Amino acid sequence: MKGKFTTALAALALSTGMATAEEVTVGMITTLSGGGAGLGVDVRDGFQLALDMAGEHNIRLVVEDDAQRPELAVQIAERMIQSERADILTGIIWSNLAMAVVPSTVAQDILYISPNAGPSALAGANCHENYFNAAWQNDMLHEGAGAYANELGYENTFIMAPNYPAGTDALAGFKRYYEGELAGELFTQVGQTDYAAEIAQIRASGADSIFIFLPGGMGISFMRQYEQSGLDLPIVSAAFTFSQDILPAVGSAALGVFNASQWSPDLDNEANVEFVAAFREAYGRIPSLYASQGFDTANLILSAAAKADVSDRDAFREALREADFTSVRGDFAWAPNQHPIQRVYIREVVEVDGEITNRIVGVAFEEHQDVHGENCAM
Amino acid sequence: MAEMRREYILNAVIVAALFAVPLWALMAGEPFIITLATRVALLALAAVGLNIALGLGGMVSFGHALYFGIGGYAAGILAHHAFSGTPVAFGIPGTNQMLVIWAVAMGLSGLVALAVGALSLRTSGIFFIMITLAFAQMGFFFTLSWPAYGGEDGLPIFVRNQFPGVNTMLPWELFLLSFAVLLAALGLFAVLRAARFGAALMAIRQNPDRAAAVGISPFGVKLTAFVISGMLTGLAGAMMADLTRFTSPAMMAWTMSGELIVIILLGGVGRLCGPVVGAAILVGFETLFGGWTEHWQLWLGLVLLGAVLFARGGVIGLLAGREGHG
Amino acid sequence: MSLALMLEQLLNGVQFGLMLFLMSAGLTLVFGVMGLINLAHGSLYMIGAFLCAAVAGATGNFWLGLMAGIAAAAAAGALIEVTILRRLYARDHLDQVLATFALILILSEGVRIIFGPFPLYLNVPDMLRGSVDLGITQYSRYRLALIGFGIAVAVGLWLLISRTRLGIQIRAGESDREMIAALGVNIRWLYTVVFALGAALAGMAGALVGAIQSVQVGMGEPVLILAFVVIVIGGIGSIKGAMVGALLVGVIDTMGRFLLPRAFATFMEPSQAMGVGAALASMLIYVLMALVLILRPKGLFPAHG
Repeated sequence: MKGKFTTALAALALSTGMATAEEVTVGMITTLSGGGAGLGVDVRDGFQLALDMAGEHNIRLVVEDDAQRPELAVQIAERMIQSERADILTGIIWSNLAMAVVPSTVAQDILYISPNAGPSALAGANCHENYFNAAWQNDMLHEGAGAYANELGYENTFIMAPNYPAGTDALAGFKRYYEGELAGELFTQVGQTDYAAEIAQIRASGADSIFIFLPGGMGISFMRQYEQSGLDLPIVSAAFTFSQDILPAVGSAALGVFNASQWSPDLDNEANVEFVAAFREAYGRIPSLYASQGFDTANLILSAAAKADVSDRDAFREALREADFTSVRGDFAWAPNQHPIQRVYIREVVEVDGEITNRIVGVAFEEHQDVHGENCAM
Repeated sequence: MAEMRREYILNAVIVAALFAVPLWALMAGEPFIITLATRVALLALAAVGLNIALGLGGMVSFGHALYFGIGGYAAGILAHHAFSGTPVAFGIPGTNQMLVIWAVAMGLSGLVALAVGALSLRTSGIFFIMITLAFAQMGFFFTLSWPAYGGEDGLPIFVRNQFPGVNTMLPWELFLLSFAVLLAALGLFAVLRAARFGAALMAIRQNPDRAAAVGISPFGVKLTAFVISGMLTGLAGAMMADLTRFTSPAMMAWTMSGELIVIILLGGVGRLCGPVVGAAILVGFETLFGGWTEHWQLWLGLVLLGAVLFARGGVIGLLAGREGHG
Repeated sequence: MSLALMLEQLLNGVQFGLMLFLMSAGLTLVFGVMGLINLAHGSLYMIGAFLCAAVAGATGNFWLGLMAGIAAAAAAGALIEVTILRRLYARDHLDQVLATFALILILSEGVRIIFGPFPLYLNVPDMLRGSVDLGITQYSRYRLALIGFGIAVAVGLWLLISRTRLGIQIRAGESDREMIAALGVNIRWLYTVVFALGAALAGMAGALVGAIQSVQVGMGEPVLILAFVVIVIGGIGSIKGAMVGALLVGVIDTMGRFLLPRAFATFMEPSQAMGVGAALASMLIYVLMALVLILRPKGLFPAHG
């Protein structure tokens, strides 16, 4: 249950030749078992790849599996802080786990750098100087999906997401830009594996299209059952439900779906081309957006660790704010609430050389920023 | 009698060890060990509660997680309203005072245990196991899907609740508090067992008909034991929520009920310090083996299976021999 | 709310109920004949699903996978009966609960060691892909096949118990354990066969459901708890009770989750009605179980006495 392994890397950080020799302990709490494991494994592998590619560094990475259970994540965070003496925590995939762990972590003057979850509460009223989000605020990509649904001419969309903070953020984000009618709105259970009842309600709703947010195993189960249901409505979504971690299991049912993302494997910049090639070389698969976020998170931490001692929190925070690293998504800038300002692309699921993957077909927003920052007092 | 004396000595050693290990950790600057010891004390407290129903009364409740969770939510909800400054309901304010929270937790768990016990004690055997499970599952699914207090996401306690004269944010002081409550509960268990009430309870377990013939009301005695049992487990839940600063439906999951039974069995069913030993074994497995192998539950399963098949008295039974009474 | 929607949800409920029946039938037989509470029944469901996914994945043939899943679950069941559970028949319920709880831990970790922490996905066989037109609505061909399958197994089981020698022995075992030993029945053999039969049914359910959902460690436990609800409602030891209980639980759970939020929405604000309705719907079958136990403590169809 508690898959745990410790990787002590580059303990041989030679004091010569490095700006700082002080070791930075990074505690990674992520999901490595169960239906959500694909996301956590990709974040971990992307993060590890960045460390490996950096060569000499002063990061000590400790990884532990949260099994997607909030109460377990809370216990692991306590152990990481008290026993491993972690300076930085990262890795959490699920917004409900982030809401359980992040507020008490940052209050203890431990830094938290999110490689995935971006619940609206942490971007707004509960923002904190020790909390950085290197991925996105939850609403962002769904806002892109909402805007693109208008362009596709959808007028009566059925929307559905799991009942947890990221699910409510997803539907709120979609509705913020979508201009058509809603044929229906459903919250499902987190980790649900049978969607027969939901499919029946979609069928009866008279919708002309569907918007779903079902990351990991939930998306796989839904898409496989949807394919068997005889329903054939177009689907618009954010990258999570049509990401590389689940496309092989969903198969051809996903082809042609449009989804919004800040990153794509075919994104044409030097850092990304190098990243995608190195990831394929190291792990034998196409990276997902989670892998790209883990990779960026590690590079962000490496860039700060090269400039400042982590024990000097003020200096280290300042170094993080400079974001002096090359993001694989292209330009990277912080909004005042320490969440990214970034371009949101529209991708389409396609088959290339026998592999199902995504390619960029358009741009939903340039320099997009989340709306919750205005509630942040920072 | 030699065996009884051996158990007294063993109990003293167990309690002393639970105090000495975190004390050493305090000197050595290992706060996490203190947190683990606190966890052992609180799981033991929950199991002492169950031990009254199961060990003394022979009532195999497969739903004690319900009271553990009620205690947890009492702490979580009251702290939540104290933090936000909003009333709980009907103008009643929240609170961050542990004493008040504990009273509410015990009161609520006691009331629910009274209702569940009154309905469940009409059945016996597998039906009793299943109906207690059913009530706990109701609580589990209710907290899981009731949106007001976090539902599936759980309810964080941002600032640990307070106890007069104790700085609850310091691991050592929180441990002392938990340890003191555990000692009080162990005292209560010993007193109950030695009192006429305990004798009646054990008489009913062994032969309900004969007990009824000598004028003991099996229903009343068992129900009283069940309520006291639920209240102690509820108290443990409230304190555990404060230790982890988090309450979630997982506290009411059926596996939690299972774990409480496992703790009792590993230590020794009906034995005074059985729950302490059992909780220490469980937490030890989680921590030590969790560090060496991700498959620690396999080893826990094997040890448990071995204990059921070959060592029914648990660790205390192995070390102190068969029980002197009961 | 249209008739088509009601029909589709009803079919969903029946399909769910029939899969629960496959799980419950074994559980109720094992308790009825041997007096054993077997918490590890869900692990046999999981083993059936994993073996089916592995073999179907390797051979590309779902039916081979299904056979392998059933056979593996039966073999695993027989093995744990002979080595471990046999020692527990004479023990009290507490020991049975604990030993089979330990088996859950062992089997779950064992499967995780062999198959890894990721879910596996099984493809439904080609002939059962897609949907069927039922006139007023479309319905998944595979789910419809599951309903047919469940009914066929139920009929087969009924024939087995009412018409065969083994069935007579099982029924005799349920009503009087000493008597069948006196009749010269090899009781150890009978117990192993009954346990393997129950395990095979659980493995079959796991494999069949695995093909539409996902195959992962821990998939058996939620179904196990529901199967206990079913057999307690139906009456422990009774196959007929398991069938009625399973359909009741399947249909009430499905329809409750679908209708209760709508019912509350008639007099409450919609978003609030969703929350309250969902909360009550998820508790519904446990309320039903508690009611049955309070009103008819031995269930709807007590097997004996």
